[in-house]
Amino acid sequence: MRIGVFVCWCGSNIKNTVDVDAVTARAKTMPQVVYAQDVQYLCSEVGQSEIGQAIDTHRLDRVVVAACSPRMHETTFQKLMAAKGLNPYYVEIANIREHCSWVHTDKEKATVKAIDLVKKAVAKTAFAIPLTSDQLPVTKRALVIGGGIAGIQAALDIADAGYPVDLVEKESSIGGKMAQFDKTFPTLDCSACILTPKMVEAATHENIRLYTYAEVAAVSGYVGNFNVTIKQKATSVNPEKCNGCGDCVTKCPKKVPNEFDCGSSKRKAVYTLFPQAVPNKPVIDRDNCIYFATGKCGLCAKVCQTGAIEYQQQDEMIENQYGAIVVATGYELKVPDHLGEYAYGQHPDVITSLELERMLNASGPTSGKVIRPSNGKMPRRIVFIQCVGSRDRHDGNPYCSKVCCLYTAKHTLLLNEKFPGTESYVFYMDVRTAGKNYEEFYERARQQGAMYLRGQVSKVEPLGDADNRVLVRGFDGSLQRQVEIAADLVVLATSMEAQPNAKTLGGMLGISTDLNGFYTEAHAKLRPVETQAQGVYLAGVCHGPKDIPEAVSQASGAAVKAIILFNKGQVKSVPTTAMVEKDRCSGCMQCQPVCPYEAISQEMVVERVHGKERQRAVATVNRALCQGCGACAGLCRSGAMDLGGFTSRQLMAEVDSL
Amino acid sequence: MMNEIYEPKIVAFCCNWCSYAGADLAGTGRLKYPENIRIIRVPCSSRVEVAMILRAFQNGADGVLIAGCHPGDCHYDTGNYHTRKRIHLLTSLMDFMGLSPERLWLRWISGNEADKFQATVTAFTQELRAMGASDKVRDLRCSR
Repeated sequence: MRIGVFVCWCGSNIKNTVDVDAVTARAKTMPQVVYAQDVQYLCSEVGQSEIGQAIDTHRLDRVVVAACSPRMHETTFQKLMAAKGLNPYYVEIANIREHCSWVHTDKEKATVKAIDLVKKAVAKTAFAIPLTSDQLPVTKRALVIGGGIAGIQAALDIADAGYPVDLVEKESSIGGKMAQFDKTFPTLDCSACILTPKMVEAATHENIRLYTYAEVAAVSGYVGNFNVTIKQKATSVNPEKCNGCGDCVTKCPKKVPNEFDCGSSKRKAVYTLFPQAVPNKPVIDRDNCIYFATGKCGLCAKVCQTGAIEYQQQDEMIENQYGAIVVATGYELKVPDHLGEYAYGQHPDVITSLELERMLNASGPTSGKVIRPSNGKMPRRIVFIQCVGSRDRHDGNPYCSKVCCLYTAKHTLLLNEKFPGTESYVFYMDVRTAGKNYEEFYERARQQGAMYLRGQVSKVEPLGDADNRVLVRGFDGSLQRQVEIAADLVVLATSMEAQPNAKTLGGMLGISTDLNGFYTEAHAKLRPVETQAQGVYLAGVCHGPKDIPEAVSQASGAAVKAIILFNKGQVKSVPTTAMVEKDRCSGCMQCQPVCPYEAISQEMVVERVHGKERQRAVATVNRALCQGCGACAGLCRSGAMDLGGFTSRQLMAEVDSL
Repeated sequence: MMNEIYEPKIVAFCCNWCSYAGADLAGTGRLKYPENIRIIRVPCSSRVEVAMILRAFQNGADGVLIAGCHPGDCHYDTGNYHTRKRIHLLTSLMDFMGLSPERLWLRWISGNEADKFQATVTAFTQELRAMGASDKVRDLRCSR
């Protein structure tokens, strides 16, 4: 065996804290090492060719790279090995950057540690076994979870590339949060005018199948071959028969708060989510329907001329196969009633930005008029409070919700335009306008008369005057003094939050959530739409607060990732799979229940014992299913189960080297 | 001599998806911690065999850290649950073997928790410094 060790300087990143000369010199003395060299940048073309040449000149068959994390460049070096005709798993990385030079300051101690890490890698690679991967077929159908603007965009892009897509939406219509908005910044485009054509396109696209009023119930499988169970909730309305006339909605006697208008209007128990809903078929909300509560009523069925009402409908479980999954589950807005100082929920004239947005919307609860909920009159003076529950480590979320600065600027502009003479005051911490034409838009809002006060609000309380106005007490940081504003309406810019079930869904998909509940991308800079689970991609706010153009771009990015997978038509199986040494396996099958992929089964082998043939059960691994976690190898009692790339011998060699 | 700080040897097994990534992030963020730790990368904390942990102690490790994804967050769904069971059992046997169970730490560190990784390594090192060298476990195999 001829091992070569290459020590990277990573410019000054490693060299400043680790004595690379000493590491290289020491490496030369390690067992089976025949060559060692230090290189300025191993990942560069020059560095790669240095390794290549050394492999040729010194007839190296194993390589140890002491450089950055294997999570960074392992594949780079594996490709180099393959190009040199060596097995990619004959290269081992010693992580002397992230785990050494970057976290330590004492050069002497860091060098000792770096030498240890190299020694450990050399010991491991000495026991490396060659690994190969198989090509597995890909199911060329995508699943998009979430029918907001991000999900719609991803579905349309994949469908336009010629691949079938299923779009699953939990509400009875696609459209998501964007359907609730009136106008969008910075162009003041009517939200519905730009969204509804896309909704219709998605519904009528020959490659898109919509599952509205449906949820993902279970996911199994792996990239290219996911098995997904979709729970289609009973709508109680047969979509084939329903012609969308709306008679059932008109006649329904039961009224409940309308979530789409943030509870500021009423809807019926049988309802369509909003006038431009797609599909435009009503559903019966069984929790609130009189018929489902008492067995009486049935008015909707009586008035329906096509006989579309079907009370007996059951939830349906639909199982489908997909090659790729785009997660676009969006967000929820925090209800700011946890912050007592803003009096939300205590005073009717303290509302959220989305409630104002719904009032501004022509199809909203007030048909586009802005009123004070307490008396129905038009407000003259409106106070906006920014960062409600955002950038608040104590009583909210630590992160910035990113869109509030701009939508508040939009609200002041819209109010000024629709109801001239309205006074807008904005209490803010910082105004953040990173985005194309955003700063100009904010400037416009200020020029049009919005008063920006830098400071926080300490209390919102009833003023006690005849108009029942609210007194906003705050601090103006520019003037360095307390200010009090008697307002007709207070609007809270509440925080965007991850969906409450994000973790559950993430668990099914094998993707993790960050400290704030948003899904984690595979790499913060370079792989922002991929996840840790291959074949699962992210789009929109489920990944973190975003505005509409960002969500749409990410959705297109996620779509392209799926299209790349489908165009290739096959995926490489994981090479680091479990393997059974049949002679040693006792057939106890303890490994079977710990396997999360059901990759382990029992097989019968024939052996000759004392000249007689005998049958014996042993474990066997399906390499296509195995994802290489090694849970089976970790518990095998007879040491028969092992894991490629991380064999017991290799890991023991690492332990022994330390 | 008496005042000299004892520098313990720590062997860590970090799962590739969470804890190893957390350690990487600590590096990216230049978070400093003591040099005593040597990290062995495993795909999942459930890959770690009890024999590997014991061998580390045999070889003179003063502490062993097993770090994996948070419960419910395992990249392989359930691996860390098996780890938890296995490590619990081992911990209960360590006293019997003459090893102090405080020398084996099982911690859940996610890929985002660079600061937790830093804090864990720092605290573990400090505790082991206070405990001093570990009693050596005899290796009874013939080959040695």
